[in-house]
Amino acid sequence: MTALLETRALSLSFGGIVAADNIDFSLQEGERLAVIGQNGAGKTTFINICTGLIKPDGGSVMFDGKIITGRSPRDIVRRGMARSFQIPQLFTEHTVRQCLELSGVARQQKLSLFSSLGKGSDGPAVDHILELVGLRERQHELCDNLPEGQRKLLDVAMSLMLRPRLLIMDEPTSGVSTEEKHDLMEVLMDALEEQKTTSIFVEHDVDIVKRYASRVAAWISGAVAADGAPDTVLADPTIQREILGI
Amino acid sequence: MKKRLLIAGIVFIAVLGLSAELPWVRVPMIMALVYGTAALGVVVLLRAGQISFGHAMYMLISGYTVAFLSQAYPGADGIVLVLAGTGVSLVTGMILGLFLVRYRGIFFGMLNLAISMVIFTIVTKFYGLTGGSDGMRIPRPSLFGIDMDRAGYEATLLVILLVLAIVLIFSVQQFFRSSAGQAMASIKTNEDRLEYLGVSAKKLLWQGYALSAALCGLAGAFYGLSQGLVTPEAGYWLKSGELVFMSILGGSVHAAGVFVAALLFEFVKVYASTLMGGAWQLVLGVSLIAIIYFLPGGITSLFRKKRKTLEVRS
Amino acid sequence: MGIDTLLLALIDGVSYAGLLFLVALGLTFIFGVVRVLNVAHGSLYAFGGYSAASMGIWFAQGSDSITLFLLAIVLGAGVVGVILGYGLTVLLHPFRDRDPIIQLLVTFGAFMVLEDVQVMIWGTQPYFVSGAVFQMGTSELLGVVFMNYQLWFIPSVALAVYVLLSWFLKHSLKGRQIIAVTHDREVATALGVNAGRIASLTFIIGATLGALGGALASPTTSLVPGVGADMIVLSFAVVATAGLGQISGALIVALMIGIARSLSVYFLPQFEVVMPYLIMMAVLLIRPQGLFTVAETRRI
Repeated sequence: MTALLETRALSLSFGGIVAADNIDFSLQEGERLAVIGQNGAGKTTFINICTGLIKPDGGSVMFDGKIITGRSPRDIVRRGMARSFQIPQLFTEHTVRQCLELSGVARQQKLSLFSSLGKGSDGPAVDHILELVGLRERQHELCDNLPEGQRKLLDVAMSLMLRPRLLIMDEPTSGVSTEEKHDLMEVLMDALEEQKTTSIFVEHDVDIVKRYASRVAAWISGAVAADGAPDTVLADPTIQREILGI
Repeated sequence: MKKRLLIAGIVFIAVLGLSAELPWVRVPMIMALVYGTAALGVVVLLRAGQISFGHAMYMLISGYTVAFLSQAYPGADGIVLVLAGTGVSLVTGMILGLFLVRYRGIFFGMLNLAISMVIFTIVTKFYGLTGGSDGMRIPRPSLFGIDMDRAGYEATLLVILLVLAIVLIFSVQQFFRSSAGQAMASIKTNEDRLEYLGVSAKKLLWQGYALSAALCGLAGAFYGLSQGLVTPEAGYWLKSGELVFMSILGGSVHAAGVFVAALLFEFVKVYASTLMGGAWQLVLGVSLIAIIYFLPGGITSLFRKKRKTLEVRS
Repeated sequence: MGIDTLLLALIDGVSYAGLLFLVALGLTFIFGVVRVLNVAHGSLYAFGGYSAASMGIWFAQGSDSITLFLLAIVLGAGVVGVILGYGLTVLLHPFRDRDPIIQLLVTFGAFMVLEDVQVMIWGTQPYFVSGAVFQMGTSELLGVVFMNYQLWFIPSVALAVYVLLSWFLKHSLKGRQIIAVTHDREVATALGVNAGRIASLTFIIGATLGALGGALASPTTSLVPGVGADMIVLSFAVVATAGLGQISGALIVALMIGIARSLSVYFLPQFEVVMPYLIMMAVLLIRPQGLFTVAETRRI
């Protein structure tokens, strides 16, 4: 079976720092991969290269068997790889519903010059996602007014509207209170399950990783130091020392 | 929708009635509608968070197109001339837009200014071709195939512009509500997010830019027809600045706002000439500063209910 | 085209560049420090010119004294610079936290007001007060007669101002405070710098420079309504091409534009006036942040 996402010899350095050290990596459809590592270890760089924000110095990235290295973020998104952001990227002068409607018409590539946004977008799909992430009550509010947790939800929801095959989430629970973290992840994982979306999430919270990941990849100094089942990786002494600080 | 049609109808009749009763109202009214249309072009870009400091150039291009064509084809109908002028401005905007949509903020503003000044100085200098700073005359053409005297001509222009303004207000407002329009508006707040939804922000902005050039071109053609003359001044940076002024004054919340602003602008100009010994720039300058201070969203923000939830729905 | 013509074009260009730089300097300096594009800078140029002309008429009428002539210029510029510079600071104060575009529009409003004030004070008839400019004599170079005033006096003043300003910014206390505020307003304030006073000082300096440009230009040009509008867009072309806030860059670009312009007089006379904007357009298309700005542009 072709890997959904695959990198070969992916390398990037800048200013003397090796951000990506010859990374060979592959992800299968259906996996829920947690990416862990210290800040500056290269996790975000890896994601940014895969999603097209940065070009690597060498190596290649393949999505669904096709080379996507060097393609624009827009092109990569259209191929089925979406991402959400550590700091939620929303349309701050639009309402919650409008953000989702815009995502909906973006997916359909149906940007009409005349018919209203509300009418042109897939209303039922928007309603469904709103229900799924629990934002139905606040759908007509300016998304800028939402608290952090709900902003993160909206950010991910917007990407979900695209019905991507792979969703990469950059620290989905950061900035969210500990009590809410699990609720948030439950909701997200349910939504992903429903759409049969493969996921990668960068995460610092070990409990979250243990509970929701089917696989863990640990980054140290721009390279994958450990990769496998959560229990195995999290029990690895090197990982425990370097990343978990135990 | 019915309520809006009603308001439009009332305004239409009011303006016509006023112009019939007070003949001196006609020309300022025509100019107000012309500038309102041009400033509407600037408002379209404002929705995407971009301000062009050179859009008067599209008025200039259209005006001179009308002038050249009316010289080359003396019998050409005014409506044909308008379509030609608008078309040339639209095409120019589409071509220039291809480069310009790569820039944002102050750089976008400055590049538009630079290009407009290149066009302005070229038109001014090529005396032999364009008549230099004296400009080119545009003899009164027929409208819809009918030749008219001065009064009839002006009245017809006024009606055309009024109908056009109403149609444009509805159309552009609908564009703002459309998915393309809303997506273009999101360029202002988070362009990167648009890209990450698989949408080309540049293409959206290009569409908006082309529309704005067409609107300024439309205005420029009517400007030439009503004045009977087009000079390089029509594309000078001050004119572009006045268009920006009107668009900020009117606000980008509703397309009608900019026409109200243009109306105020024109009438202050006229009144100041008679009442204040011509110090219209002083009055307008002070008004601009006052409006910016007290009504940052422009005049139309006064009519928007302060509902936090639906503030953005237009 | 011989070497002679080339040299003449060069000399002509440098002379023109001197004046251009002086006017652009004030504009770019103000932007560099307080991040405001002062559209009213054109008014400062015009007011400086008119003011110097009036001063000249007032106390140097009929006199051949170069000293009085220069005094009129300096006084004219100084008075305008201080009054309007401070006035602009006060006007912009309520808008200091708003979007820079908004502040720009406020200065545009101020410009419109000042255009009418200018007409109210000095009328619409052209003002031409040459003063003792002819007393400075002429020089003949390569068969062409130049006025010393334009040939070396103005460029020297421009150069002197540049050196003085650079020295002031690097070596005086106030100058270094200005640099601190330019880099980081909040940190500077936290360190005890009164950012408000620095803003006023910056505006006054910048305004005086603009006015000085006008004052120096006045003996050789006819002052009419609209002269400010022409100058602002021209100096803006210099500033934008160099990079907003780049002082040394402005000097180099002024030279570039001055020389390009006088060269085109020989090759493409029709393009003489177009040159500055053509250059601005070309540079901005390739390097929107200007030739000398180091920071990355926000460009998709």
